[in-house]
Amino acid sequence: MLDVGFVSSLLASSIRAGTPLLYATLGETLTERSGILNLGVEGIMITGAFTGFAVSVLTGNPWLGVLFAGFAGMALAFIHAFFSVTLKANQPITGLMIVLLGLGITGFFGRSYIGEVAVYINPIHIPHLSTLPYLGEILFTHDPLAYIAVILAAVLWFLLFKTRYGLEIIATGENPEAADSVGVDVDRVRYICTLMGGFLVGIGGAYLSLAYAKLWTEGMTAGRGWISLALVIFSGWMPQRAVLGAYLFGGLDVLSFKLQAIGVGIPYHFMKMVPYVVTIVVLLFSVIRKRAAFGAPAALGIPYVRGKKE
Amino acid sequence: METILEMRNIVKRFEDVVANDHVNLEVRKGEIHGLLGENGAGKTTLMNVLYGIYQPDEGEIIFEGRKVRFRNPRDAISAGIGMVHQHFMLVPRMNVLQNVILGYRTPSDPLINHKWVESKVEELSEKYGIDIALYEVVMNLSVGEEQRVEILKALFRDVKLLILDEPTAVLTPQEVDSLFYALKSMTKSGLTIIFITHKLKEALKVTDKITVLRKGKNVGTVITAETSERELARMMVGRDVVMDVAKPEVKFGKEVLRVEDLWVKDDRGGFAVKGVSFSIREGEIFGIAGVSGNGQKELEEAIAGLRTPARGRILLNGKDITRLGVEKREEIAYVPEDRIGVGLAPSLSVLENLMLKDFKKYRKGLVLDYEKMEDRAKELIEEFSVKTPSLHSPASTLSGGNIQRLILARELSRSPRLIIASQPTRGLDVAGIDYVRRRLVESAAKGCAVLLISEDLDEIFQISDRIAVIFEGDIRGIMDRKEADYERVGYLMAGGLEVAV
Repeated sequence: MLDVGFVSSLLASSIRAGTPLLYATLGETLTERSGILNLGVEGIMITGAFTGFAVSVLTGNPWLGVLFAGFAGMALAFIHAFFSVTLKANQPITGLMIVLLGLGITGFFGRSYIGEVAVYINPIHIPHLSTLPYLGEILFTHDPLAYIAVILAAVLWFLLFKTRYGLEIIATGENPEAADSVGVDVDRVRYICTLMGGFLVGIGGAYLSLAYAKLWTEGMTAGRGWISLALVIFSGWMPQRAVLGAYLFGGLDVLSFKLQAIGVGIPYHFMKMVPYVVTIVVLLFSVIRKRAAFGAPAALGIPYVRGKKE
Repeated sequence: METILEMRNIVKRFEDVVANDHVNLEVRKGEIHGLLGENGAGKTTLMNVLYGIYQPDEGEIIFEGRKVRFRNPRDAISAGIGMVHQHFMLVPRMNVLQNVILGYRTPSDPLINHKWVESKVEELSEKYGIDIALYEVVMNLSVGEEQRVEILKALFRDVKLLILDEPTAVLTPQEVDSLFYALKSMTKSGLTIIFITHKLKEALKVTDKITVLRKGKNVGTVITAETSERELARMMVGRDVVMDVAKPEVKFGKEVLRVEDLWVKDDRGGFAVKGVSFSIREGEIFGIAGVSGNGQKELEEAIAGLRTPARGRILLNGKDITRLGVEKREEIAYVPEDRIGVGLAPSLSVLENLMLKDFKKYRKGLVLDYEKMEDRAKELIEEFSVKTPSLHSPASTLSGGNIQRLILARELSRSPRLIIASQPTRGLDVAGIDYVRRRLVESAAKGCAVLLISEDLDEIFQISDRIAVIFEGDIRGIMDRKEADYERVGYLMAGGLEVAV
């Protein structure tokens, strides 16, 4: 069963299954780096999946769908930002509210789109490279959005660790008071990061309906938002690690189907559990090792009020 | 010398409290101007108004001959004003360079030009004698080094006026000296410094002029060379203060607390207390001096029963209590360093906080006898003069001094044999400090053993019978107060080793 063909097709589909996770993880990483914990990823993702699908059906342009999925994600993220940054509300609760909101709205408006056919985003075979043995199939037969995700990860890494903007974002997430004291506008940074994060999560959703599953059903994110939250922790809030993490978790998802198909006697529920178990193990390691590079942003989830002690 | 800053009739109100009441301040270029006052006198508020953190309700600020209005710190920074806060504004996980340039635009913005930063910092280091490793992560720095990073941050932005808010609070005497030296050399190159403090000795030592604030009002400005400690104290407090609580000679009784080769871990799993041994007798005050973070917290928690030691023994009246819970350590009174977090349940009422350890005595069937508890609480409030709106106000609404009185009332009224008092007067005003020290001395006179842990050397020297110094979890030398001097204790606090005399 473990012939090279099987492995390379598994790796190729790992990338496809991992791409929506990657978008969502990158978005949430950006948000959390600024100190805002947005637990609403699942709700934003499903909203992105529906919006992308519906816009593609209505306009016949899947790329317009992707764009509007991003905007829809941004709109939900704005609700979260408004409650968290402006009203200093409890972030986990607002996040859970976004989940319910996203699932509810898409369930309601999505009913008439079930069974519809949209224009999808199709894979492109990169000339010459895609014909390389094995490697060609694994790396060069994907759709443009999958490549853009990797480029985005690199851009985000550069932004966070090589520019002044990144310095300001990280400082805002670590110690907003310190950032404020040198003239960084904490609220502005948090708004921008939450909105941009929501945009990326929304696109992750659109990828799901327009490029991966190529259909719309209610609740089709099926927990991928939650997995992305775990992935943020898994990757230690680093975009570069998120790429590997997303493909790994995507691969586990695919593997659970493939093993089922070839009749391996492991119940697929166990396979579905693996990402969460891996995340818990990673969390354990990060707690045990207490390495600076692994920890969460120090001010994550804590509202910032100027001049308030402790 | 020309005037660089004038603050005229500054008024700042917080709800019904007037923190600054028509305050005037005039600072001349190149001087170190002390801003002296007790806690709550409005020093920090005034500087936060200047720095753009708060907006004044009335009054005007004239900086370098121009009327200015800073809407936020960014405005103040770009005008050339820098501030080193009492609590450092650093990001522990970033390195020194990143902390220095946070919020600053280097020439290659938005990219960070490391070369340019390095050469600029080198220039500043040479000019002001501040030396610091740029790529060290801030969490690995000592407090003194962190302060240098803060000062560097301000200098990097080409400030003309530097505000230092209680900069010596966390430093050893040696570090204080080197800070003062650096400040003097900065003013030589034309920098102006405002130095906020509540310590008279420091104000006298380093400033050129001193403005005293009391209860939000300007009491006056004096030239340092022409004033005295006594005059300043009178201005600060508003009356003559006797600044001595005398510790009467007591005959020490039998041993109350004995700590033998105690090893305690901190939250991160490393040893914070490394093999500490000492004993305290009845009637004795045993002072442990040392800069915060050298194992004091872990040591006091181990003795109070909040933290289990890894090795060693703790004996109270000859009985081994090393592994007993807090409740079983009835005879220990604990006045913790963290008053709000450990000493109180801030959202519970004054009554409930007073009864926190005794409520079981007031059981009436399944419920508590509130009437009796209130009677007892009233007695305690009277005896310890706790000022509170009512017995039922949340404890968090009390002022710092009254919170400490509340804790003392609960702890000392239970006739303890051992009192652990950790930083008992930190942040209190002169009257509060006096009260707390008096109470500790009285308790000792009644035969209590007192373990006093403090960063304030004056306090240690004033009321201790014996003095120990803690450094990195190790007790460096235990000496009789009579043979101890500041220099020796300061030397040990900074990590110096006891040399045979």
